[in-house]
Amino acid sequence: MPVERQLSAEDLLLEVRDLHVHFPLDEGTVKAVAGVDFDVYRNRTLCVVGESGCGKSVSAQSILQLVDRPGRIVQGQIRFHRHDADGSVTVTDLAALRSSSRALRAIRGRHIGMVFQEPNTSLSPIHTVGNQISEVIRLHLGEDEEAARRRGIEMLERVGIARPAQNYDAYTFELSGGMRQRVMIAMALVCSPALLIADEPTTALDVTTQAQIMSLLQELQADFGMGVMLITHDLGVVAEMADDVVVMYLGQVAEYGDVDRIFHAPAHPYTKALLRSIPNLDFDQDIRLDSIRGMVPDPFHRPAGCPFGPRCDEVIEGRCEAENPPAFSLGEGGSVRCLHYEEVALS
Amino acid sequence: MTARAMESDRQEAINVATQWQLMWWRFRKHRLAMTSLVIVILIYLVALLAEFLAPFTPDEFQADYTYAPPQRLHLFLETENGLRFQPWVYGYKVEIEEEALRRVFVPDEEVIHEIGFFVSGVPVTLLGFLETDRHLVGPKDPEAPMFLFGADKLGRDMLTRMIYGTRISMSIGLVGVALSLILGILLGGLSGFLGGQVDNIIQRVIEFIRSVPTIPLWMGLAAALPTDWPPLRIYFGITVILSFIGWTELARVIRGRFLALRTEDFVIAAHLDGVGQMRIILHHMVPSFLSHIIAALTLAIPNMILAETSLSFLGLGLRPPIVSWGVLLQEAQNIRTVATAPWLFSTGGAVFIAILALNFVGDGLRDAADPYAR
Amino acid sequence: MSSTNGTLLSVRNLSMFYPMRAGFLQGHRGEVRAVDDVSFDIQAGETLGLVGESGCGKTTTGRCILRVVAPTAGELWYHPREGESVDLARLDTGGLLPWRQEIRMIFQDPFASLNPRLPVLEIVGECLKVNRGLRGSALEERVAELLGMVGLRPEYMRRYPHAFSGGERQRIGIARALALNPRLVVADEAVSALDVSVRSQTLNLLQDLQNEMQLTYLFISHDLSVIRYVCNRVAVMYVGKLVELADTRSLFLTPQHPYTEALLSSVPKPDPRVRSQRIVLEGDVPDPSQPPSGCHFHPRCRYAVDRCAEETPPLRETADGHHVACHLADEIELVGIHG
Ligand SMILES: Nc1ncnc2c1ncn2[C@@H]1O[C@H](COP(=O)(O)OP(=O)(O)OP(=O)(O)O)[C@@H](O)[C@H]1O
Ligand SMILES: Nc1ncnc2c1ncn2[C@@H]1O[C@H](COP(=O)(O)OP(=O)(O)O)[C@@H](O)[C@H]1O
Ligand code: SF4
Ligand code: SF4
Ligand SMILES: [Mg+2]
Ligand SMILES: [Mg+2]
Repeated sequence: MPVERQLSAEDLLLEVRDLHVHFPLDEGTVKAVAGVDFDVYRNRTLCVVGESGCGKSVSAQSILQLVDRPGRIVQGQIRFHRHDADGSVTVTDLAALRSSSRALRAIRGRHIGMVFQEPNTSLSPIHTVGNQISEVIRLHLGEDEEAARRRGIEMLERVGIARPAQNYDAYTFELSGGMRQRVMIAMALVCSPALLIADEPTTALDVTTQAQIMSLLQELQADFGMGVMLITHDLGVVAEMADDVVVMYLGQVAEYGDVDRIFHAPAHPYTKALLRSIPNLDFDQDIRLDSIRGMVPDPFHRPAGCPFGPRCDEVIEGRCEAENPPAFSLGEGGSVRCLHYEEVALS
Repeated sequence: MTARAMESDRQEAINVATQWQLMWWRFRKHRLAMTSLVIVILIYLVALLAEFLAPFTPDEFQADYTYAPPQRLHLFLETENGLRFQPWVYGYKVEIEEEALRRVFVPDEEVIHEIGFFVSGVPVTLLGFLETDRHLVGPKDPEAPMFLFGADKLGRDMLTRMIYGTRISMSIGLVGVALSLILGILLGGLSGFLGGQVDNIIQRVIEFIRSVPTIPLWMGLAAALPTDWPPLRIYFGITVILSFIGWTELARVIRGRFLALRTEDFVIAAHLDGVGQMRIILHHMVPSFLSHIIAALTLAIPNMILAETSLSFLGLGLRPPIVSWGVLLQEAQNIRTVATAPWLFSTGGAVFIAILALNFVGDGLRDAADPYAR
Repeated sequence: MSSTNGTLLSVRNLSMFYPMRAGFLQGHRGEVRAVDDVSFDIQAGETLGLVGESGCGKTTTGRCILRVVAPTAGELWYHPREGESVDLARLDTGGLLPWRQEIRMIFQDPFASLNPRLPVLEIVGECLKVNRGLRGSALEERVAELLGMVGLRPEYMRRYPHAFSGGERQRIGIARALALNPRLVVADEAVSALDVSVRSQTLNLLQDLQNEMQLTYLFISHDLSVIRYVCNRVAVMYVGKLVELADTRSLFLTPQHPYTEALLSSVPKPDPRVRSQRIVLEGDVPDPSQPPSGCHFHPRCRYAVDRCAEETPPLRETADGHHVACHLADEIELVGIHG
């Protein structure tokens, strides 16, 4: 499903098409990602939102082929558009590269930076912050120790770490959670990548620290003009940060569109239900929370037909159990996987 | 039954499965561990039924056959009505080797000794109460030589001695581990549950014991056993010595679990439910680490066996007339043997297989020990 | 202390300092002031929220009330339906037994809080066995009834926790908390580990049960939007101290403590059209073993004056039922969620 958005093709950074990632396990095959499409543009933020286990992290990891074993990309393309200084654009299909290939390693950290869900597991406790940052710089930019240190300290200062020169030589366990997340961001951005993938960068943090990190990301994006793919399960974060939104359910994109439309004219029954079930700070309407009945099915028992069928309030008897709806275009680049929009798409 | 119904039955079986069932399902998937489990069970069966399985008794000797090499076992006998299943071996004849001028045994192709099943031989007592003179295998003619694994310096059958050695060596592992377990649970449990000063003292003692190099410590302790003790008492002495060191590891594991579990939410919940201290320990805490203890125990047995073997090999542990693997290896311990009677080392193979199998079972158990890991 | 009208629990000057031990000789190296001189009342039938950033002492306060830990100082006056008030802080395990049936707890982690080796019947039924002596079919009947109340099928009682999802496990935890018909339930981050759709189901369930059983909740959470939805009154903690206590509406609309203001402004609003003006606090939450002098918030407070670094502001009532611990509470104008 190609997306025609009113955005210039020159700004296109990443096109993901029909991505499928499977985990063959003893108990059966987990279809963690079952046909996902989205685009990321320069200077824009794409938020991927969905409940735990819906495949957000796996989608993100597969872009850089970092999916844990035995997970494997079984189908689909991940086209990365590299914009060089002279204005030329090279398109590479990352899904076709081998995980350990030189080409992919040259892209990781250099053109695409990544911040992971658990900062503790992705920072090494036995190396100093400086060791870890300068390694990235020397690997990708080929700078010497001295220059790497200067650049590293500058970057730490840029992400708002107090006393950057001292903290450059600190071990990561000496830092607080928020500082560690800043170090992760500094490492991801130190080579000025075109695309930043951030997997729940604030989930483990307090609201006040989350506010710090979100402001930081917004500032950095304004400065560097990078495209950001931000994964979260918090609709509040989406509303604050996103330009475009992907709503995922059971490994598929239930709905895709720009943030204002998603929040003010949601199309998919799942998106509508999600929005109704979040407690709001407002005192204007003091009503009982709506909730989605049932639970996310476990990954070995995907429902037949529409994956949301068993929990859907607008189910079309006889059709929804039988057909897994394809993505119907909603115009302006938006799309939705629900049979109610068949006619809309046709007209 | 439809596929869907079967699937949901299977799911329900998992839903109501206890910890032990989940562990067993997981252990079963571990091929190497399952194979090793079978081997370990067989080895213990051999130890249990040594009198019946061994062709002779360990002290029976045929002086004519000192250092007789292993015979080749043939399974089919050629008779006038064709081939028939009947295991047999050639007899021995003695030749004088030209250069070294010494006697060597070579197979005597003229003489065939048939081997039978359930043959009668020296009367033995099986499992402590069954009087029998039957042996699983043996020469049909009680006088005929049969040395499938060769004979030692007195003409005793190595196979028989190895089978009898299994009993002491494998049981010293069990008994030693049982003793360590008692010490480990008692001291580790106290340490973890009481905490504070008791914990502090016990931990320092453990650290002290563990910091002394083991071999010299064993040697010192073993040398301290009076030489005039009867073999059985020596056996117990050695087990106590081995478990004296073995308990420290277990105590650490148990203490660690206790400490971690004390602050687990579900233990706090039980506490708030008004459940008594003793019941919390027995009902909530112990079952949570029992499986880990079993795995640790299984992994401790091979260490005990190796320790006994090394001590006896060094001449500090068990001594003849007790037959253990270590004693057998000690008897093989000289250059001449290595050159002329290498079969005396066949016991080493038994030790190797037993240790490896126990280790694999232990590994499998350890992997299966926490079926709830997320 | 005699029973005040409608008050269920009076917390007075509660402190909990954890000793910090370090090194070979295990000597004392200072202490973590997890809860520092906190006082508040819980009214019968209300839901009192306790919010704050991680490490500010919310869990410790809850655990002191349940006497999982013995507080360093302070009083915990519980007012039973009949008879004299008791100070829970002074009782030993035996003395606590009757009150632990009336004050119960729901845990945060739906995985760690259920013993994976026991079936649901045992998990929910254990307190009934121990305290009520129920056995056999009487026990099964009661457990079935409880499971029904929290929206689980009674047949599930033979299953083990591994058969359930996070949301269902949390319901089992709720059933266990309600088994003895408690009066006060301390819910420590009871919905924090749950996904959006399951969280709203669980919040609704907690509210329904409160109405049915006349429960009082001490609802501990770091999530202000959840607090706003379930609580009647809210207490805000910062580094072991209570900084503001007010009814939910006035706390959210007219906060009087600068920390509360910052906290409210950091909550992302789920509407892209009102991208908020966040007040971004500088720096990190201080280490509770070395809290700043005076008002603990002064290094991060944008209104701070010299006095703040020297004098600790007491918690005082500034309006009807609105308590604040800030020197400048009467002088500064703060914005709430509509600001
Ligand atoms: N290493 C793995 N082995 C097996 N299955 C996996 C593995 N990693 C992920 N999965 C499965 O893939 C699916 C998607 O997982 P993913 O981590 O992408 O979810 P998520 O949307 O990021 O959730 P969360 O919000 O919890 O981070 C889940 O069903 C998960 O169980
Ligand atoms: N058992 C303990 N021993 C030592 N320090 C503790 C213990 N429990 C909590 N603390 C410390 O007390 C402070 C408050 O913790 P807690 O009450 O759990 O905070 P919250 O629930 O608000 O996140 C933290 O600094 C924490 O590290
Ligand atoms: S396709 Fe049917 S079941 Fe699926 S979301 Fe649309 S209406 Fe609901
Ligand atoms: S007392 Fe001073 S530092 Fe503390 S909150 Fe009030 S103004 Fe800020
Ligand atoms: Mg994830
Ligand atoms: Mg807490």
